[in-house]
Amino acid sequence: MSKEKERYMRLSGLEPLIITPESNFVNVGERTNVAGSRKFLRLVKEEKFDEALDIARHQVEGGAQVIDINMDDGLIDGKEAMVRFLNLIMAEPDIARIPIMIDSSKWEIIEAGLQVVQGKCVVNSISLKEGEEEFIKHAKAIKRYGAAVIIMAFDKVGQADNYDRRIEISKRSYDILVNQVKFPPEDIIFDLNIFPVATGMEEHRKNAIDFIEATKWVRENLPHCSVSGGVSNVSFSFRGNNPVREAMHSVFLYHAIKAGMNMGIVNPAMLEVYDDIPKDLLEHVEDVILDRRDDATERLLDFAETVVGTNKEKTADLSWREEPLQNRITRALVKGIDQYIVEDVEEARQNSDKPIEVIEGNLMAGMNVVGDLFGSGKMFLPQVVKSARVMKKAVAYLLPFIEEEKKKNPKTAQGNGSAGKVLMATVKGDVHDIGKNIVSVVLGCNNYEIVDLGVMVPAEKIIQTAIDEQVDIIGLSGLITPSLDEMVYLAKEMERKNFNIPLLIGGATTSKAHTAVKIDPQYKNAVVHVNDASRAVTVVGDLLNKRSNQKYVGDLKENYEKFREGFLKRTKQKEYLSIEEARKNKYKIDWSTSEIIKPNQLGIQVIEDFDLRKLEPYIDWTPFFRSWDLHGKYPDILTDKVVGEQATSLFNDAKELLKKVFDEKLLGAKAIYGLFKANTVNDDDIEIATENGSAKFRTLRQQLKKHAGKPNFALSDFVAPKESGIQDYVGCFCVTTGFGTKELAEAFEADHDDYNSIMIKALADRLAEAFAEYLHKKVRKEDWGYATEETLSNEELIKEVYKGIRPAPGYPACPDHLEKLTIWEVLGVKEKIGVELTESLAMWPAASVSGYYFGNKEARYFGLGKIKEDQVVDFAERKNIDFEYAKKWLNPNLIE
Amino acid sequence: MIDIQKILEERILVLDGAMGTMLQRHKFTEEDFRGERLKDWPVPIQGNNDVLSITQPEAIKEVHRLYFEAGADIVETNTFSGTTIAMADYQMEDLVYELNYQSAKIAKEVAIEFTSKEPHKPRFVAGSIGPTNRTASMSPDVNDPGYRAVTFDELRIAYKQQVEALLDGGADILLVETVFDTLNAKAALFAIEEVKDERNVEIPIMVSGTITDASGRTLSGQTAEAFLISVSHIPMLSVGFNCALGANQLTPHLEVLAKKANFGVSAHPNAGLPNAFGEYDETPEQMASQIKEYLDKGLVNIVGGCCGTTPDHIKAIADLAKDYKPRTTQVVA
Repeated sequence: MSKEKERYMRLSGLEPLIITPESNFVNVGERTNVAGSRKFLRLVKEEKFDEALDIARHQVEGGAQVIDINMDDGLIDGKEAMVRFLNLIMAEPDIARIPIMIDSSKWEIIEAGLQVVQGKCVVNSISLKEGEEEFIKHAKAIKRYGAAVIIMAFDKVGQADNYDRRIEISKRSYDILVNQVKFPPEDIIFDLNIFPVATGMEEHRKNAIDFIEATKWVRENLPHCSVSGGVSNVSFSFRGNNPVREAMHSVFLYHAIKAGMNMGIVNPAMLEVYDDIPKDLLEHVEDVILDRRDDATERLLDFAETVVGTNKEKTADLSWREEPLQNRITRALVKGIDQYIVEDVEEARQNSDKPIEVIEGNLMAGMNVVGDLFGSGKMFLPQVVKSARVMKKAVAYLLPFIEEEKKKNPKTAQGNGSAGKVLMATVKGDVHDIGKNIVSVVLGCNNYEIVDLGVMVPAEKIIQTAIDEQVDIIGLSGLITPSLDEMVYLAKEMERKNFNIPLLIGGATTSKAHTAVKIDPQYKNAVVHVNDASRAVTVVGDLLNKRSNQKYVGDLKENYEKFREGFLKRTKQKEYLSIEEARKNKYKIDWSTSEIIKPNQLGIQVIEDFDLRKLEPYIDWTPFFRSWDLHGKYPDILTDKVVGEQATSLFNDAKELLKKVFDEKLLGAKAIYGLFKANTVNDDDIEIATENGSAKFRTLRQQLKKHAGKPNFALSDFVAPKESGIQDYVGCFCVTTGFGTKELAEAFEADHDDYNSIMIKALADRLAEAFAEYLHKKVRKEDWGYATEETLSNEELIKEVYKGIRPAPGYPACPDHLEKLTIWEVLGVKEKIGVELTESLAMWPAASVSGYYFGNKEARYFGLGKIKEDQVVDFAERKNIDFEYAKKWLNPNLIE
Repeated sequence: MIDIQKILEERILVLDGAMGTMLQRHKFTEEDFRGERLKDWPVPIQGNNDVLSITQPEAIKEVHRLYFEAGADIVETNTFSGTTIAMADYQMEDLVYELNYQSAKIAKEVAIEFTSKEPHKPRFVAGSIGPTNRTASMSPDVNDPGYRAVTFDELRIAYKQQVEALLDGGADILLVETVFDTLNAKAALFAIEEVKDERNVEIPIMVSGTITDASGRTLSGQTAEAFLISVSHIPMLSVGFNCALGANQLTPHLEVLAKKANFGVSAHPNAGLPNAFGEYDETPEQMASQIKEYLDKGLVNIVGGCCGTTPDHIKAIADLAKDYKPRTTQVVA
């Protein structure tokens, strides 16, 4: 089916190289050859591979289109050196972009080289020297590895040293390759042996011209192949006289290229421009190359004495070194040049107050540029990894100074060698870790200590390791969709375990939206979506910067919240179920196995003159500070850099007033609660047996269309339905600590003490919540008694880790305030403890809390969300109230 | 055997869509993944979809059936991670042969079922050969850029085993896909050539790379054309791209292949880019309308779907593709 494409030699590194008849001569870089460069040999021997790479880079920058690498030396393990050097080159995109020529006389070195290069290489070389069998074997392997090949004009007899032998061996090699091995002819390159001329020996006179003529023959008679050669050989006899050698190279190439030589190993620094060769020198050189005169050699030797060496110096463009410091640092990072980074960083250090500022300022500015270029597709990954390496070198240089600074000034200097400890893991159920490894690598370069847990890591292990290793940050990665849920779970676990370190989220399926909407709300500290390695460095740096990270985290949280709101607003029109459909998708507890415990004490209980002192340990102080517009978690807020002082002073005042309240019994605390036999009837109603008959709690059901497998909750789902035949129970309560608040507040106000007037209200509110918590615990452990074994700290109580729930009318699970009326009626709240409901169904005194008790261990808090009008109609009917009246109360939850 | 190469000259062949997306619908639990056979396996295996060919073969066959019904000519075996290297995380190295063999076998059974019903439209099984989870061209350790987590020979040996098992199980085609590091693919191709030689058979080979980021390169840094050149030494039924991008984003890279490749060109893109929640929500109609651009431009010979695509997507694509001539790689006289 394929059309006969033009048979051009196509090579590749990271980028293609296609050699067409129109292509210019392909210049093969030859300085990375231990046989050709003494310096390179020395560097390889001394294992100075960094500098060896610089030689390769200079070749590429100098215009080499292919780079020849040769490690054949008696004192080197050639195979190991070849593999190592090629692997290093692959990590240097500016070198690896061009194709590699793997040069060795040993097959095992060639093969080892072919196994580590992804692009299409050139093998240099094989020949018929060892016979046909070996030749075919190697050619087949090269074909299978996908490389082009240089064929030396060599056979068992020896090296081709004249026109006929060159043709003979070429033809024979070509026929075997093309006909027997089926080697693509366009991937064959002949090296027709360039030998020195002007050696003084008669038999060498025709060395150059024979090569040139054989080249012509090969290109005309062996279709699609190429001809190459090592040019410097030709001028071997003029070692020490560069001007002559350069002229000889140019002249030789000029004629050989005309004959069809289309690639070759040439040192560009050893090449004169043909047209610039002085006329007399040109004439003498051409006489030798083209063998035009019998005395050509002698004439050139004589003439050479008169040629004065004018050394041309080719140097890399270093004009960027003149630019301002930040430009230089940024360029070094973007280009991955580590040669000057230490001197630039030193200069930056001297300009800074503290060495750490060089990292946070100059270097980070550069890395941000890298991140932007990467993000916009102008850099690609291997380059970014290189940038990170330069970064690492710079940081390594700065570290001793940072250490010293720390010793001098232990308070302000930061750092302990490692910039911070980062735990990295691919979450449970996911085995993709390439992205994670990249981020680890780049962070590692930036002096972070990485604790990499690998793939398929369960949340428990992540949590435990984070604790054991005291990491500063956790990074999660995942590629498959279910990983997203695992990340949400881990965030919840971190919250549950009261972690307070940032969480990074990355991986192909993750997104800022998912992070903002699903993960961020689960966890109090920062949750940041980072999807590229270079950005990870800046983000982690900001998160761990002790001077500014609190503000950064605050900004992040706010940013994600805004993003979340925006996202939720513009997400597609949500779908809602009818109330009938929603009921079909109710939360189903398996009542046959669900544990139901009969309360020890059914009926209604009243507590009066409760001793408030008992409540002090139950107080959740965080909302107290929030009511004063001080945001932060207790007790950390007391030492917060920004608000700590104010918070501490406020806290002391509160404690003082609280003591007064306790000592002088300034506030009256009362409670009423009841536990009843109960069953769910008609899906959404809970029927309870009261002392004088029965009553019904009407619950509301979620109507948002859920993903498959997610139920539409109503509180009634947590109580056994009547038809199950199982007797279940619920409770309800009202507590207050508000009696006396109003009078006290008025007294303070009369005293112009607004501060304490607000203070007493805030404290009363906290005490009411504490009372509700206290009472719930008492009910769980004693009156109902389903949690007699429970031992929870106050902190755990605040975080509601206990079994069973106490939802309050007016709050998300049951936003319907009307139900308070039912509670009041069932318990006789007003009559027995004096808490009243206002016209708008607010409780009075304000420092009161009321709600239900559900004891099933599957009971959970949820948000009702929006409901449809059909549920309001149904609700009004069930409650036997006017539709408009019901609608007025439920309006905030009604979809528009 | 029917000459697929010849069919490819006559019409556009349709490849199936995502396996993972279809299997997700089952919500298989850890227990389901284990089945009776692996119930005591020492490590968690949930998420290792390849193992379902052994423990839930009916579910896999059903997916193949749905894709054939939708109009696919070729289905891929459920063997994306079927190498000792990729299975090491699950300690399943010893199961690799069986996983591949069974996967090919059950796919082939379904293919035969359809071919005998519709002999004019023979159905084929492509043995899916994934990239493994290691890169032969890149170091995972920055402090040692010369380090490699896997060698060519390790890959070659692992791939060879997979190839042999796939062929023994009845695969008609071998599909080296989602190539993010060309050196990995070259090791797979090397292994295939070895097997071809040893068994003295010809096997149609499809190679499909993946372009991962905005720079338009493979993960290991190659451009589309450099990638093509690096694998062109093997006679291929087709070369193409899959995964990572949606049909639209893939177009410029396919154009490079369509222009330069001496082989058939394949594309099996994702159903768009994943949305914020990792779901692919491009509808069959939306995807088909983009595939239409490939067809109008004559870019492809084989077309199908990757992540997020379903039998509905494949049906929409198949309905469209049947009215088009395949991309021609011959010079029009």
